[in-house]
Amino acid sequence: MKGPKPSVEPFVWLGFSAGGMVSALLVPVLLFLFGVAIPLGWLESPEYDHVLAVARHPLTRLVLLGLCVLSLIHFAHRFRFTLIDGLQLRRYDGVIALGTYGLAAVGSVLAGWVLLFMV
Amino acid sequence: MSTGQEDFLAVRLYRQPVSRLWWLRRPTYLLFILRELSSVFVAWFVAYLLVLVYAIGDGESSYQRFLDRSANPVVIAVNAVAFGFVVLHAITFFQAAPTTTVVRLRGKRLPSAALAAPIFAAWAIVSAFLIWLVVLA
Repeated sequence: MKGPKPSVEPFVWLGFSAGGMVSALLVPVLLFLFGVAIPLGWLESPEYDHVLAVARHPLTRLVLLGLCVLSLIHFAHRFRFTLIDGLQLRRYDGVIALGTYGLAAVGSVLAGWVLLFMV
Repeated sequence: MSTGQEDFLAVRLYRQPVSRLWWLRRPTYLLFILRELSSVFVAWFVAYLLVLVYAIGDGESSYQRFLDRSANPVVIAVNAVAFGFVVLHAITFFQAAPTTTVVRLRGKRLPSAALAAPIFAAWAIVSAFLIWLVVLA
């Protein structure tokens, strides 16, 4: 008797779950700071030397790279199912999966490039 | 699922067509789809963060230009909406985590409430630390 086909599904789900957790912990406060509070002048914008030092710290690079990659996997998986279940597009799952996971892959490479070489 | 009887009667299961707008029917459905859509704003944040980090690496004038552009009313509006969505994501994810993660202590499953509280506490601590690191340190 043949067993079930090996599937990548559990690994994608693990990425979805881990990405959901780290993004939930880190994204609200960072988006509040750099997207709302600092632009509106509620908080003073940090000095250049300070943000440069923080951004260049190895721990910052590591955490932000993990955050970016896992968040993108989380986005890809969740948005794929939003489209195929929410908009009833299951027929096009092949293209949708390729597009969402492909976007996450490209974004992850971009994140690695920026965080490891550009700062 | 297929039974011999079905084959004999040559019955095809009827699937009621579901409207593409099914999620507008009830507030709980709408909340579900909004929660799922939060993922788009998580991706938006990743892009925004990478532009910020790139600008920092590019030099002081690029960083200043990023700050000026981030103060554009349209950008602030997008980020304010995105902030609402990522908070929805965080709350719903933290609420679901104790249900999806089974933690056993001395052979007994810990109740959900016992797990939710430390997660929310960790969220508060991490957020406070990052505010300190970015603007106060």
